[in-house]
Amino acid sequence: MTTTERVAVPADEVPAATPAALETGLTGGTVVLHILKGAADAAPHEVTYEVPMVAGMVVLDAVHYVQHNLDTDLACRWNCKAAKCGSCSAEVNGRPVLLCKTRIDDLPTGPVTVHPLKTFPLIKDLVTDVSRNYEVNKEIPQFTPAPGDEGPWRIQQADIDRLYEYRRCIECFLCQDVCHVMRSHNYADRFYGPRFFVRVASLEMHPKDVLDRTEQTVEEGGLGYCNITKCCTEVCPEHIHITDNAIIPLKERNADRHWDPVRFVGRKLFGRATDGSVRPGGH
Amino acid sequence: MVAVDSYTTIDRDVLVVGAGGAGMRAAIAAAEAGCTVAVVTKSLLGKAHTVMAEGGIAAGLGNVDADDSWEVHFADTMLGGQLLNNWRMVEIYAHEVIDRVYELERWGGLFDRTPDGRIMQRAFGAHSWKRLAHVGDRTGLELIRTLQDRMVHTSGVDVYMEYTLTALLKDGDRVCGAIGYNRNDGGFVVFRAGAVVLGSGGWGRMYRQTSNSWESTGDGAAMAYTAGAELLDMEFVQFHPTGMIWPPGARGILVTEAVRGEGGLLFNSEGKRFMLEYDPVKKELSSRDVVARSIYKEVQAGRGSPHGGAFLDVRHLGAERVKQKLPSMYEQFHALASIDITQQPMEVGPTIHYTMGGVRVDAETGATTVAGLYAGGEAAGGLHGANRLGGNSLGDILVFGRRAGDAAADYARSRRREPKTIDERQVAEEQTALLRPLSPSGDGAGPGENPYKLHEELQAAMQDDAGIGRSEESLTRALGAIQELSVRAEHMRVGGGRMLNPGWHTCRDVTNMLIISEAIVRSAIERRESRGSQWRFDHLEQNVELGKVNFVCRRNRDAMLVVSVPLDPLPERLRPLLERSRFYDPEKLPKGYMTKQRARSAERVR
Repeated sequence: MTTTERVAVPADEVPAATPAALETGLTGGTVVLHILKGAADAAPHEVTYEVPMVAGMVVLDAVHYVQHNLDTDLACRWNCKAAKCGSCSAEVNGRPVLLCKTRIDDLPTGPVTVHPLKTFPLIKDLVTDVSRNYEVNKEIPQFTPAPGDEGPWRIQQADIDRLYEYRRCIECFLCQDVCHVMRSHNYADRFYGPRFFVRVASLEMHPKDVLDRTEQTVEEGGLGYCNITKCCTEVCPEHIHITDNAIIPLKERNADRHWDPVRFVGRKLFGRATDGSVRPGGH
Repeated sequence: MVAVDSYTTIDRDVLVVGAGGAGMRAAIAAAEAGCTVAVVTKSLLGKAHTVMAEGGIAAGLGNVDADDSWEVHFADTMLGGQLLNNWRMVEIYAHEVIDRVYELERWGGLFDRTPDGRIMQRAFGAHSWKRLAHVGDRTGLELIRTLQDRMVHTSGVDVYMEYTLTALLKDGDRVCGAIGYNRNDGGFVVFRAGAVVLGSGGWGRMYRQTSNSWESTGDGAAMAYTAGAELLDMEFVQFHPTGMIWPPGARGILVTEAVRGEGGLLFNSEGKRFMLEYDPVKKELSSRDVVARSIYKEVQAGRGSPHGGAFLDVRHLGAERVKQKLPSMYEQFHALASIDITQQPMEVGPTIHYTMGGVRVDAETGATTVAGLYAGGEAAGGLHGANRLGGNSLGDILVFGRRAGDAAADYARSRRREPKTIDERQVAEEQTALLRPLSPSGDGAGPGENPYKLHEELQAAMQDDAGIGRSEESLTRALGAIQELSVRAEHMRVGGGRMLNPGWHTCRDVTNMLIISEAIVRSAIERRESRGSQWRFDHLEQNVELGKVNFVCRRNRDAMLVVSVPLDPLPERLRPLLERSRFYDPEKLPKGYMTKQRARSAERVR
């Protein structure tokens, strides 16, 4: 994204402003938005709105201004407005972002286009049908500790730190939106997508989980379709290293299982574990 | 009378309203008890307000401070609530939250660890010991994701995402379901259920400076009230001391208490650490009401930051520790305010955060005063009394979500053989009311009122006149504004159709917020004292008699009645526990409380 350099002003050196500007933050300028409006079956088209510019304004603020003052019918998902819930995903100037985190003064000057996520079926205006993601989540077996392993558990902080990266995911589905396997090839029916490889990784690497989901992730989740273009990592608002820390380790596990020559010999000599699990000491 | 519009009917044993922590925990409990469950949420799954909780879950595990226990947790919670809490709820809570934390871990939830690998606990305001189980500053997200995964893999639970419920349906005196609409296509839907659980959260959207999402409009409480349930302790609205105050779009966004828990300090514009003066013992980690009022007072005295707040400073902790322990805060200020909190102080001020009041429930079961209706979590009142301690809401939703789900399942199973009837007249009335703002303006009232504008006016009235500080005069003014807005709300009109029309959806939000605002203001008028989060400029002291009662709002035809109900006194066996709190001070006990000594002398007199 093209970003303009912002100079941070220390709080104790905030330039003197008029009391009115301190209250409303109005800068006196305006911003022009081209927002896609309409339902899937009603010829969606861009509508232009002009919104007064406010200091530190994010695109979601501008959309709210439109809803409150210009067009009460404009649909947009949002919840926390603090980049913690991942609801307000959309494409600003063609780039998948969270509307609540995208500052207008970070965008190139000129009109701002706001479109819904392209990969998912349009419902209306900026809202798309993301239900497929919830179906995929249901297909992935849940966290499963060993039977009888009731805790309280002892787990090392290093394990938590590694897992925490995956658990930071706010399910904004920007990674699903940008991934070409879903966006261009429309493989939603045979590809879990980056979000759910992160999900699988968080389960697989939990020290107390005993299931093995690698086979399923390859066979049903289409892990092999990912050719590591890292677009998902680039758009992740939580800065999760999706490709490096989730997808590649899963691919490696799978490769180890099928293509490791030492294991090949091991399988020939001792037979293959029938349940697909890794044998103790087999790492 | 027949329905005015078609609707879809969905039958389940238990209907759960809301998919935050309380709703999901209730759904899991009801399904595990063998019931079919429908969970209805206004948003997508996993976006509920629980996700915003940052600090952690308060539980007396004693992993870090061995002296901690459920008893001390009980004492801190009661004293924090100024002893207006329902003591039985607090007792159940302090006991069971420990199991709920370990249960969450068994379901795959992550917690930061102690060096020997146990669940780590952090310090928080007005808790005697390091007590909050947490993971970074994203504990709410962890909790919601863990419950979400557990719930979707529990058989018997179906989730209805992006549906709004607008009214409870009744069969005689009993709740038998609810009506609402699918937000995406605008089609009406009727849920028929043996029991209904409200896990619908709180209400902060009627204030301008709020940390709440658009969902927090009090729908559940408003529906319950309309159906005849009672609302308890509505005057107690928690201002979190530290919300962002600049830039304008970020106003109200929460700055977690964990910032102070990790050692963040508050300064005024003169560079003075003012909390040393207001609470020399607990300092920055005093209870939320005290810190919020202190910042308010500093600003009033002309010692505020440029945008009317205080400075919160973590620079002395070192950049590495800040980024490790407070990563979301680092990111939030960087992205929204262009501030690097390892280099510059944050500007913060009080923001509406939580509502202690709620639907009046039975401590053991979450049963409301209406048969078949249950409530848990923020939607219910009683646990937190006059002020909630940080970390006690994530525990609340787990403990009482589960209990409400269990009790609702019992009730629903006992009613399985009875015929499920829906009163078409109730359906038709609700449909008519819902469709009114979409009909062309034919009532001679001009172009009609914009719901967003009414909402903004309500926010201004509540923020200015029923906010952190109140008086009889300001509250009366707020009540007048609410009454005027309620009349104008009859004439709300919006363009567009029924499909995904936020203007239309806002109309019902406004109606609900007006009901809840009236309950807040009327209760606040009756409580002529300052206690917990209620700060009355015209009654600065605690009143002995008011320390013995809760206020309850009840519907009487179309009027709202406020009645005082006596508190159940703390039983003899629990009295000594209060002394276990590190903040117990016999000289400063909340007024109205019968100490052992006072109770004994009262007995002698008799």
